Amino acid sequence: MGRYVVRRIFWMLLVLFLISLITFAMEHAVPGGPFDREKKLPAEIIANLEERYHLDQPYWKQYALYLYDVLVPRITKQKPLSMADETMINVKLGGAYYLRWMNFGPSYSSRSRTVNDIIREQLPVSLQLGLLSMAVALSIGLPMGILAALKQNTIWDYLGMGVAIFGVSVPVVAMGPVLVWIFGVALKWLPPTGWGTKPPYLFFFVPHNLFTWNFWRYALMPAFAVGTGFSAIIARLTRASLLQVIHEDYIRTARAKGLAERVVITRHALRNALIPVVTILGPMFAAVLTGLFVVEQVFGIPGLGRYFITSITNRDYPVIMGTILLYAIFLVIANVLVDITYAWLDPRIRYE
Amino acid sequence: MAVSEAVVPVRRRTASLWADALYRLTRNKASVFGGSLVILLVLTAVFAAQLSPYSYSDQDREQTDAVPSWIMGLFPMIKPYAKLSGEFPLGADYVGRDLLSRLIYGAQISLSVALVGPLIALFVGTVYGLISGFFSGRVDNLMMRFVDIMYAFPGMLLIILMMAFFRSAFSESEPGTFAYLMNAIDRRFGGMLFIFVGIGITAWMGTARLARGQVLSLREQEFTLAARAMGAGNGRIIFRHLLPNVLGPLVITVTLAIPGYIATEAFLSFIGLGVNPPTPSWGSMIADGSQSIRTYPHQAILPALALSITMFAFNFLGDGLRDALDPRLRGTQ
Repeated sequence: MGRYVVRRIFWMLLVLFLISLITFAMEHAVPGGPFDREKKLPAEIIANLEERYHLDQPYWKQYALYLYDVLVPRITKQKPLSMADETMINVKLGGAYYLRWMNFGPSYSSRSRTVNDIIREQLPVSLQLGLLSMAVALSIGLPMGILAALKQNTIWDYLGMGVAIFGVSVPVVAMGPVLVWIFGVALKWLPPTGWGTKPPYLFFFVPHNLFTWNFWRYALMPAFAVGTGFSAIIARLTRASLLQVIHEDYIRTARAKGLAERVVITRHALRNALIPVVTILGPMFAAVLTGLFVVEQVFGIPGLGRYFITSITNRDYPVIMGTILLYAIFLVIANVLVDITYAWLDPRIRYE
Repeated sequence: MAVSEAVVPVRRRTASLWADALYRLTRNKASVFGGSLVILLVLTAVFAAQLSPYSYSDQDREQTDAVPSWIMGLFPMIKPYAKLSGEFPLGADYVGRDLLSRLIYGAQISLSVALVGPLIALFVGTVYGLISGFFSGRVDNLMMRFVDIMYAFPGMLLIILMMAFFRSAFSESEPGTFAYLMNAIDRRFGGMLFIFVGIGITAWMGTARLARGQVLSLREQEFTLAARAMGAGNGRIIFRHLLPNVLGPLVITVTLAIPGYIATEAFLSFIGLGVNPPTPSWGSMIADGSQSIRTYPHQAILPALALSITMFAFNFLGDGLRDALDPRLRGTQ
């Protein structure tokens, strides 16, 4: 198990390194400098800016400096001298000391904010919505799949799987606008756009009004728009896997020794049937992320996904690079966690 | 002669995998339904020029957001402000382009992705997997580590990154360079080339792994040994003996992935990295329409419906094909 985990983490670091390298290379392969404006800036100002952001250095050095700025945490007494020294994580340690970590650099298109500011303000919203979407996917998908498998070839099975094939066929791109129209415009049950919570958040992302209707009435529709598609996939997978497990010998043994049906299902069948479901959680994180790009746009939610799309149109490469790196870190860590959970649940994997 | 004719009538169905699969596929009502929808969509895409009443790009400034009377009846709340016009069967969009024509041409984009995505996955993935599995040892190890790395990449981020790169770097290239040529081809096809490349980057890995796994077990079997004993070379063994045996599961995987490719294209076009305007894609139409979802809901709902129906059809067809081709089910009916 230990060797397996170490190998997975090594893979993770390699992938993150490659992603940063590719992003950096692409950023610099694209013509046009970061400080090209409609009205040309004076040459000495450009020279000053380039010096501050290390753009006058050779590429390898720029890349090394970028990685250093992002990766290495620093404990200093020093206040940031300028916007270029700002960092995303900025924690007061006591005394006059600060922990500063993750400096993603300046944004090209928004001059008053750095990439750090943008991420700090907008990531929590995406995190809230993403977690809710996953909760929706699991809390609909699992019960639906289990019900369909336990009542195989009954109306529940057909109904559940009918809904599931509908669910996998309607992408977020189509689901979002239709939901907005039905519940936001035609029925007027929920507000069609906006987000119901503001900073400060508890633990960086938990909304302070989590238990109020004002938060939920904004969150329900987008979370369902992202979550339902994935809940259908989970339902189909759970059903197939549970059906297979139920016909195994050890289930017959469990029944034969007189266990209650409820215990047979929850303790013996589900525990094994859910193993394949765990493997799909990795792709699910990625799918939820993609969903967020769309849903934040459709519902006008001030999350990082929406800003990311805008920055692609504006060709704001530091924002693109920072966001991609951040998302990649999330996804790769999630995948490694899923792999480790899987190996823990299914000992056969470790000795592969 | 009469005697032998009397013997013949005991006709056995051929045991050929493909004939068998086709038979089972046509017995499955859901997949026949899905298949007919797909055929209908293909016909729509092929005869788009004949079917569409207007051009997909012509703008009629007088008719922006015009609404026909039947949509007015369907959405009564838009009556106070909507511009009634019988000129366009489904109305016009925000710059006065015919929605029906754009929907019809949009089928071309979705269906070409549904065709090219699987082809790339099948060609690249199969060849890669066959070579890797057949030669095994060091070659196999190296090739599969590369797939592992690619697999660990968050696929959609990679596609977004690539698309953003192609769109900006290639558009400002010098004439005569490779980048310029690629960009010219891409522009000629309304942005489709880069979409294919973007989808192709991630599409082949699953099939490569599957093909390799199959070949690893097949190459130890007697028929491979027999072929080698008869003097067949590596190329002949790979493509004449191994390929036909691995094709079944590969076709299933690739067909089941089609709705995913269609959704990816719609997603890319939605966020503005897909087709170049004015080429109509259902994804970009939904993006345009959702800007005015409160005032003209049909502009987003109609392409959303078209997209969902198409994915629905391919899901039905894919499920049916899987049931028909799955070797474990073979001969049970």
